[in-house]
Formats: sequence, structure tokens, C-alpha cells
Amino acid sequence: MTTTPELRQAVGTAHTRVEGRDKVTGAARYAADHPFTELAHGWLVLSTVGRGRIRAVDTGPVLAMPGVLTVLHHGNAPRIRGDFVTMLGVPPEPTSVLFQHDRVPHAGWPVALVVAETPEQAREAAEALVVHYDEEPPDLDFRADRGDARPVDGHLPAVAEKGDLEAELAASAVVVDAEYTTPEEHHHPMEPHAAAARWEDGRLEVLDSNQGSTWVVSVLAQMFSLDPGAVRVRSEHVGGGFGSKGVRAHQVAAAMAATVLRRPVRVVMTRRQMFSLAGHRSPTVQRVRLGADAEGRLRALEHRCLNPTSTVQDFVEPGAAPARVMYDAAAHHTANLVVALNRPTPTWMRAPGEAPGSFALESALDELAEQCGLDPIELRARNEPTHGPVSGLPFSGRNLLACFREGARRFGWAERDPRPGRRRDGRWLLGTGTAAASFPAGAGPSTAAVTAEADGTFTVRIGAADIGTGARTAITLVAADALRTTPERVRVRIGDSDFGPAMIAGGSTGTRSWAWAVRAAAAELRERLVPGATIPPQGITARSDTTEAVGALAAAERHSFGAQFAEVAVDTATGEVRVRRMLGIFAAGRIVNPLTARSQFLGGMVWGISMALHEEAVRDPSSGVPVGADLAGYHVATHADVPLLEADWIDDPDPDDPVGIKGIGEVGIVGAAAAVANAVWHATGVRHRDLPIRPDRVLRAAAEARHA
Amino acid sequence: MREFAYQRARDVAGAVALLGADPHAAFLGGGTNLVDLMKTGVERPARLVDIRELPLDTVESTPEGGLRIGATVTNGDLAAHPEVRRRYPALAQAVLAGASGQLRNMATVGGNLLQRTRCGYFTDVTQPCNKRLPGSGCPALTGEHRNHAVLGASEHCVAVHPSDMAVALTAFDAVVHYETADGRGELPLADLYLPVGDTPHRETALPAGALITGVTLPPAPVAAHSRYRKVRERASYAFALGSVAAALDVRDGVVHDVRLALGAVASRPWRARAAERRLAGAPAGADTFAAAADAELAAARPLPHNGYKVTLMRNLLVAVLTELAEEAAR
Repeated sequence: MTTTPELRQAVGTAHTRVEGRDKVTGAARYAADHPFTELAHGWLVLSTVGRGRIRAVDTGPVLAMPGVLTVLHHGNAPRIRGDFVTMLGVPPEPTSVLFQHDRVPHAGWPVALVVAETPEQAREAAEALVVHYDEEPPDLDFRADRGDARPVDGHLPAVAEKGDLEAELAASAVVVDAEYTTPEEHHHPMEPHAAAARWEDGRLEVLDSNQGSTWVVSVLAQMFSLDPGAVRVRSEHVGGGFGSKGVRAHQVAAAMAATVLRRPVRVVMTRRQMFSLAGHRSPTVQRVRLGADAEGRLRALEHRCLNPTSTVQDFVEPGAAPARVMYDAAAHHTANLVVALNRPTPTWMRAPGEAPGSFALESALDELAEQCGLDPIELRARNEPTHGPVSGLPFSGRNLLACFREGARRFGWAERDPRPGRRRDGRWLLGTGTAAASFPAGAGPSTAAVTAEADGTFTVRIGAADIGTGARTAITLVAADALRTTPERVRVRIGDSDFGPAMIAGGSTGTRSWAWAVRAAAAELRERLVPGATIPPQGITARSDTTEAVGALAAAERHSFGAQFAEVAVDTATGEVRVRRMLGIFAAGRIVNPLTARSQFLGGMVWGISMALHEEAVRDPSSGVPVGADLAGYHVATHADVPLLEADWIDDPDPDDPVGIKGIGEVGIVGAAAAVANAVWHATGVRHRDLPIRPDRVLRAAAEARHA
Repeated sequence: MREFAYQRARDVAGAVALLGADPHAAFLGGGTNLVDLMKTGVERPARLVDIRELPLDTVESTPEGGLRIGATVTNGDLAAHPEVRRRYPALAQAVLAGASGQLRNMATVGGNLLQRTRCGYFTDVTQPCNKRLPGSGCPALTGEHRNHAVLGASEHCVAVHPSDMAVALTAFDAVVHYETADGRGELPLADLYLPVGDTPHRETALPAGALITGVTLPPAPVAAHSRYRKVRERASYAFALGSVAAALDVRDGVVHDVRLALGAVASRPWRARAAERRLAGAPAGADTFAAAADAELAAARPLPHNGYKVTLMRNLLVAVLTELAEEAAR
């Protein structure tokens, strides 16, 4: 084994992405970049009606168009299975179980796939395809008082209750009772969903863009009734995912068409199709009731979160979940509910539950601080729990107040005049706000293989996915330390289901899960290497499987935490809101690569600005069709909206993780929207409980405040 | 995407001849709007005549003291032109308030004037739209219309014109020059855009086959003291919720000359003549400015979800006029 005498530890040092050069020179190939001979191109056709039944698909004229090879629809598509549970514990996404019946449960439901020799021919034919429907009026009426709202568990229990809520509220000196809403939001990674499928030597091969090849293989194998070993999925480079890149209509369409045509088929979603097929974060209506004594100590906490799901699958956005971690009260009631509407099925999107839930909860805390006459940070300090408020379990590490202290120091919080509407800069009213952040820290079972090569280098193989986070580089650093070598001598190969089962890039668990497996395999390898001995040409390989170790983790409240600070400027004459600066301080475990970690935190905070001020998907109220379904219509923050942003962290290694990692993927967005909204209140004296805080809302609120 | 033919014109007469009377042919300028619309199927020309190489890419002073702007001058070059910045600063500001640097380096002046509305129903070929498919209906009336028109719309169409540049040009009485096979013609920009009425698909008064060759700005000393303010949901790269191009000349506390145009409130850039009349000769002050804004907006007919635009435009007019008056007083 090669060792360097004065070896520096790699974990914790800034390292540019190992694949950075490939990406910026265009050498890195994404899912739709791979050439195939005989490649055919599929184009999905989506329903234009909001609900109904397909009466007929006029395939004749389209089949006569240039280059068209086939049109697949419910009348001729091969039967596939959708009645199973995936490795993530949920059934497959409804729009991915293609063409199995004639029902149209919502606008944008896939009704056909046109396959042609070129993408242009496929698109032209797909747009010419006439589908006849028996239309029915869709139910799109989302409101808080739906009588058919019902609790749904999802990944967490829907309802958690302790204590007598009404009694504690009645006994409280101060009560906040407010409703908050968040809109439909979309992931919109830069790289649209794309997949190419082909049959090769009896195996179905899929080149894809996903957050976990293991996940995609298992779903495709079950859908097409294949042995898992008969499916291979590769996804070497991924241009963003954010929760949307699991198994969706494009992989299934490509695999189905490749099976029917016996030639490779590629299917790429358009940006417009992504508004219907790629998943989204559902809107929410949330009610928060807080009761506190005169010193601001909580006696009652209620958080109810209602979101619409589709009529074909329950997806719950667990916005009430963060309250179970953040604050205790004698009466503590939380519930997540859904109502089924004729809308596409929502899915996980960056910090599901925590992102919208923290907006409501952390805004309500700010309202409580205002009513108690307390500094918002002091209010949180007075309500810092010692154990999980609902679980009663100990925290594996809870450095929330340390984040607030460090953040307050750097942001200049002590100089803040708590009274709203006091600072002005020309036409702009200025204000500052803060909010807490949290996100579960978890790990999933993974396998890894580490090979000592004959030339003295090492190769790591793991079914990880680098969706732009820098995971490949983080794994390289972890492996280098575990192998006691330098990162330059470690080559990490990821994104291939043939490397064995591994956790997905999701739930902020990817890097931690993969690092664990890589470290275990590297340790095993080091034991097997004899110093000075020659390595055979095929190298020496050690493998690991962390299923047992991960499963042995003791029950605890395991979370990353953070404190968000924002300064905003508001022109109440025009309704414009602009963020001037933002600071996030996080306690999120050991930071593997400070360079990419900072980017990831900042990216989350930018998304928080977007969530607070810009993002909102609009559907036609009568059809449910997305309106303005492109990135000119769906606004995310631009560079000009992202001013002085700073992210940093405090030392917070996880005591139960071999590398000390907690996971940093999602905590950066949590609380960011609330910090901005709280700053808008501080600037104007007007509370905004509906996101995004649009100019029309600011203008209306200003008018109402004048008349109040 | 449908296959199309592509031809490149070398001179104006050649471009006009290439297009001919073919209703399925279109001129291609920067392509920043047309090509997008071709991808989504909103526009389906069978033939494109590329006019980027026409010798219409200069900005020149006219003998009268105005400016003549060629049709293929890029938005970026227009905004950077020293004479535009000196004599018509609101025009430079308006151009810079639109799109992105990359788009402005491609987009042309002629194309900017003829860009299409971004109404979400117009841009989705699966939806009804009277502008795209006459007689099919207007879902925006009862659907999504938060950024739709409050002035001059009809029950057939409530879409707004998206251009920033055209708002400033309208304030400064720009004249559009064009050429057809029959010769040259011109139109005041204010008359280029047709009223919506029951023909929202007929957008301009240009004769069939006409090529816009340029825009003339008449001399306007008041324009040297002008401003464009645009309100949008984010700080950059978004269409206006409302905008104002204003030029103000105050002498001895009295409005001597004023030009006002509003953006994102109507199917065309909206020259605020009623407000201008109310301001002319009146004392420059907040009360006058508010009264002028009210005079213009008295005709507003908001829909259920865009009434904020009336408030916004009133506030914006008062704010911009106040700023200009305060600067003049300094």
C-alpha cells in the first residue's frame, strides 16, 4: 500500500469537483447525450382535458407521417405492473405506469407515446395526434375547509397529539392563531428528465438521469416483470434532481418502446411537460395555534397542514412535522392531511415537509415574539427542548442555539430595533428577520467496492448519484482518508446499478450513506493489503454492506439545525420586495468538502428566497392545465435577486456516524422563506402569511393596513 | 417542430421580394421570440427570410435633431448608444430593463416591436385563444389574468404587450418606417398597434408583407430628462407587472412639457394622453401628479385578479413624476 508520510486529512479541506473539467468542457455526457446506432425517439402526448376518459386515439393519420414508427397508447401498449411498493416504501408514481387504462385523472396525464426516427418527427407527430375524450368536470377546489380532508401517514404518522390543546390555549397569556399558505412549486432541474433504453444481450439497459440507479432498476424490473439482474441503469452525470428524479414516465416509455420496437429509444421531457410529469411540491394550507405564558414559554402548540394530492395516489406534504422536533408544549398537536383533487400527484421536493412547514411555524414564532415583546431568538431559547417533544428521545446533537448565537453576532442582530417600519432607505423600507431550520439526519443501507489497483491507485465503485451536489468529490475525500492516501490516487465510479445496491441521493442521506459504505470497504481492504506485497493485475477488491450497521443505530432525534437571517427592502408603493443580504449558520454534522458544502447551503438559501418571493405554479382554475408553463412564467430567483449571501457552519460532528456526517442537502432552504417573511414584517409592520410575497399582495396589504 | 425553408436577404428590396405575398413566410430578426414560438407551435412559418444582414444596423442623428434607429440594431447596441443615453435616457433604461444581456445582444429593434404577448394561454397551443385561434375563446377572462390588461382590452382578449422598449418609444412619439413591394411607408408607433376589439389576432396596421426598416424619434428636448421604471416580481429577467416611461420639464414650478407612456397595462404601449393633458401647465407637485394618474386610470376596467395594477400604476406614476420633478428642482 502506498502511503505518504505527511499525509493531510482530505475530509474537511476544500476540493474542486473531480469531474469539474469534464463538465465545463462538455466532455461529461448526460442522459440524452449518448449516441446509439438505430436510436429512435419517443415523444409523450399528455391529456389536454382535466378529467375524463379516452374515447379514441386517432393513430392512423399520425402513423402515415414521415418517420413515425409506432404510437403506443392504452389500447395497444404492453401490460406492465404498478401494484407494488418501491424501495422507498411507496407505490410507483401514477404517471409512470403508462397506458394501462383509459381514465384521465388530471390534465397532463400521459395518453400516448409517438416514436419516430428523429425527435423532430416524433414531436411533430405527437402534436398532430388527435385524442378524443369523454370529458368530466375536474375537482380543483383546494381550500382549508374541505370536508373530505383526511389524515395520511406518509413517511411519518399523520397525527401526533399530547395534552389538552383547548385547555392550554385557554390558560395561555398570549395566543397566536394564524393560517399560512404556500403555493405549488416545482423542482425544475436544469437538465430535463431524459432516458434512453435498449435491449443488449438479454438485458434492459437504461441510460438515465436519476437520483438512484438502484431505485430505478428495482422499479423497472418489477414493472416489466424482469429479474433485477436483467436490468442495468446508468446515470453518470445528473443535472439536478431535487426530489423529482425517480422513476417517471420517460424511463418507462423508453423501455416500453424499446421492447416493442426492438431498437434503442430515447424519451426526453420538455420543460412544459415537466410541469405535469416531473412531480411538484403541492400547495399547502396550514393553521398554527400557539399559546404561551407571559414569558413566552409555550403551553400549547398546534400545527395542521393540508395539501391536495391526486385522485390516484396519496402524497402527503408533512408540513406539521418540524414542530415535533423544534418546540415542546404541554399540549402538542400536529396533523398532516390531504384532499384528493384532479391534479398531478405531488412528490418529494427539496426539504419536503420542513420547507413549507417551517414557513408557517417559524412565522408563527415570530408573531408570538412580537406579541410577547420578546426578541425572536430569545423566544426560541426559552423554548429549547431537552428531548424530542413528541418522541421523548434524546437528540443526537442539537446545536440550534449555537447557530443563533453565531448568526446573531455576524449579522449584527444586537443592533436591531425590534419595532417594525422604522428604517428607510429612499423609497425602500428595511427590515430584518430570522428563523430556525432543521432537517432529519439519516442514513440508508449501501454497498460499496474498493479496489487496490496494481499501479498503486484505488478505484471505488458505488451506486451513488451525484445530482450536482459534489457527492462524487465528497466520496473521493472520504475514501482517500480511509485508504490513507491522497484524493488524486482515488478514482470514484458511481451511477451504475451494476455496482450494487446503494441509498439514493435523497432525504439528505446520500453522502452519509455512501461514505459509510466506502469507509467500511476501505477499512476491509487495508486489512487485506500486505505492506510491500505486489498487487495482482486485476487488483484486490474489498466489499462492504452497511445494512446491519445502519440498522443498529439507536433510536434518537437525529437532525441538522440552522439559523437563517435575512434583510429585505420593501417598496410599499409598488409592492416590490428585494432581499439585501442573508446569512445562514448551520449545525449539520461534519462538513466533508467546505467548497461544495457552502454552495449547497447557499443554493438552499437562494431557493428559500425564491420560495419567499417568486416561485408559484399557476393552474387554470377550470381545467387544471398549467398556465405559463415555462421558465419565463415560473419565476425563480435571478442573480439580481441574490445579493450578499453567506453560509457557514459550526463544529457539529455526528457522534454515531463513522465520518461524523449528518447530511446537508436540504437544511439550507428550511426557514429561509420564514426569515424573509419575518423581515418583510419588520420592514413594513404587515404580516404576510401567503407565499410568494408578490407585489400585488404587498400592495393589497399596504392598502388594508391604511384602512385598518 | 415543422420543417421550414430558410433564406437570407442581402438588402431591403431583396428581403421584401423574398417574402413576397406568401402568408406562410416570416422575417427572422434576432429570433429571440419567433424561434421560441416555432418550437412550441404557436408560430408555424413554412419559410423564414433572415434579415439580420440588412444594412439597417445603425443609429444616426436626423437633421431635425432626432434619431433614426435601424430595424436590425440590436437591443444591446441601442441601449449602449451614447446619443440614446444622452437624449432619450428612458429609452436606454427601458431596453436594459428587458430580457437578459444575451437576449439583448440578439434581439432587434424591429423584432422587439413585433414580439408577441406572453399570455400563458396564447403560448399553449392546446388551449383556446382568440389571438392565436380566432373565435376559440379567451380562458384568461375567468382564469389566470393577474398580469393582464386593465386598459383598452375587450371581452375577446385581455393580453398585454410585453415590450419595455416600445413603451419608451411610444412616450417619445416614435415613427415606424416600413417597406413593401409597393414602396415605403410610415406610421406613428401609437398607430402601429390596432385596438383589440373583436379582432385580437390582427395586431398591427402594417400592410401585408411589410418589413420594418427603422424607427425615427423626433427631437424632444424634454426626453433628456426622462426615466423608465419597471415593476416586476423579481429584480431581473421578468416581464413587467407595470411600467412607466416619463419625461418631465418643469419651469418655475409649472409643468412645461411632459411625456408619459405605460407598459403592461394594455395590448399595446399605452400613451397616457389624459394624464399629460392634466399635467400640462399645472403646478408640479404630488397633488397634480395624483390627479393626472387618476385621470388616465379612470378608464381602467380591471378583472377580478388584476385590480392591483390600477393602484400600482397610480403609485408608480406619482413616484416617477415626483422623482423627475425633485431632480429638476435640484
